[in-house]
Amino acid sequence: MKNNENKLSDSFSRQNTTLKKRRRWSESLIQGSLFLAGFFSILTTAGIIFTLGKEALLFFQKPEVKLFEFLTGTAWQPHINQFGILPLATSTLLTTAVAMLIAIPLGLTVAVFLSEYASRKVRNFLKPILEVLAGIPTIVYGYFALTFITPLLREIFGKDVVNIYNTGSAGLVMGILILPLIASISEDALAAVPRSLREAGYGLGATKFEVVFKIVLPAALSGISAAIILGISRAIGETMIVAVAAGAGPNLTLNPFKGAETMTGHIVRISGGDLSYDSIDYDSIFALGLVLFLSTLLLNIISQWIVKRFREVYE
Amino acid sequence: MLQNDVILETHDLKIYYGDFKAVTDVNIQIPQKRITSIIGPSGCGKSTLLRAFNRMNELVPSSHIEGEIIFDGKNLYDRDVDPVQVRYRIGMVFQRPNPFPKSIYENVAWAARIHGYKGSLDELVETTLIKAALWDEVKDILKQSALSLSGGQQQRLCVARALAIQPEVILMDEPASALDPIATLKIEELMQSLKENYTIVIVTHNMQQAARASDYTAMMMLVEGTRSGTVIEFDETNKVFTRPGDKRTEDYVTGRFG
Repeated sequence: MKNNENKLSDSFSRQNTTLKKRRRWSESLIQGSLFLAGFFSILTTAGIIFTLGKEALLFFQKPEVKLFEFLTGTAWQPHINQFGILPLATSTLLTTAVAMLIAIPLGLTVAVFLSEYASRKVRNFLKPILEVLAGIPTIVYGYFALTFITPLLREIFGKDVVNIYNTGSAGLVMGILILPLIASISEDALAAVPRSLREAGYGLGATKFEVVFKIVLPAALSGISAAIILGISRAIGETMIVAVAAGAGPNLTLNPFKGAETMTGHIVRISGGDLSYDSIDYDSIFALGLVLFLSTLLLNIISQWIVKRFREVYE
Repeated sequence: MLQNDVILETHDLKIYYGDFKAVTDVNIQIPQKRITSIIGPSGCGKSTLLRAFNRMNELVPSSHIEGEIIFDGKNLYDRDVDPVQVRYRIGMVFQRPNPFPKSIYENVAWAARIHGYKGSLDELVETTLIKAALWDEVKDILKQSALSLSGGQQQRLCVARALAIQPEVILMDEPASALDPIATLKIEELMQSLKENYTIVIVTHNMQQAARASDYTAMMMLVEGTRSGTVIEFDETNKVFTRPGDKRTEDYVTGRFG
């Protein structure tokens, strides 16, 4: 027995063990590379903000441009130096609103179905399909809008009512694009509601419908709101679909059947043309980019605030 | 025990999860307006048996039962019985306090509202909270979130929530196991005051709790050589604890088990 014990302790090279601090190189290496990876993403963000800010500043410093007119002007006509963001912003809001009209109700329905009603088999079948929907290149969605949805709308509402390029069609297809995003984040939020709350509901003689809609949904509200806000910021920033299907040329209208260029669509068109680098047109797209960046940033901050503010509700 | 004092009665009850038989051959009669405790080692099917009384096991899709549970002259598992109605009349309090993330008031009023309660909700909330011995502590903060209460208060709120729809039986699944001794004592006092009007069935790990708080005791244990639990002894509590009829019960309640 005694021998055995000696043998075991000999197997550790413990004779010279001191309490002195040691350097562990592999730990430092891993820590360092993780830090670098994080650092690069922050560096990229900072670089984007810097470029956007610098070029936008150049734009606002031009004598032709006034910030007040930029924010309230109703015409965007760079060739005669009119830079009013409203026509572009309105159509961005219009396509976003149409998209959310599709994505929120459908996305939530899908989320509730997947999380509460679908059997495991059905869920395992449907979720990958939903993810494929999110993985289709947006240019494909754009041409789907232009060559399928638009003719359909023109068939239903009449060719005089619906223009070939229109914000409604782009918005509808954008809604389909964003649906999986909202569905998937909302489903996570629903699935995170503890089983004990559902049991409490059933234990009180509640039906499945009452448990799902009066206990689980309210308890998951913070996650669902965050999903919706992320969806909105995705819609605001979406580019290819609107560039292809929503129309070229700023147009101040709230009619979803008319063509109107969004902020992103305008940036694509202008930067695709042959602009000289120091023209005012060129600088103007950076101002638009800055507005886009700030609005999605604001929405992200709001969504984080909502999640944090209501997170502990059921813990 | 007189036959008309019995509120729940099992006949050759077997409970399965898929192919696994968790509980086998249970034949007991739960007396009305008494506290019945179910005791026994971990994993012998106490909670499973308890959850069979209000068909909560059905939330696990693979579960099914054989045999009968008679309640109010009717087999709870007959084809024409609605589990929602069963749970309306046989309420439940869970192991960990699980109040809804809503206000204290709303927790009590919620079930009454979904069952179409016609009277004054304010009155109902007040009388129910008084019954649950919680009113004095919460009467000024009814609009606050139930999650701001302490664990013990939350559990009494869960009892109140169950009482609000006036069930006939209240099932309690180790209701004090997550609470400190003082909060535990309050739950036990509450149980004593409730048994005038309600039948209580409680699963507990705590021998002293079963001994001091319950009128009847069901002792459960695994059937030798299997993984299925069954009730090996069912009698008045003081008999089970002082003159047990089964050697295994004696070993268990005196702590000489295993």
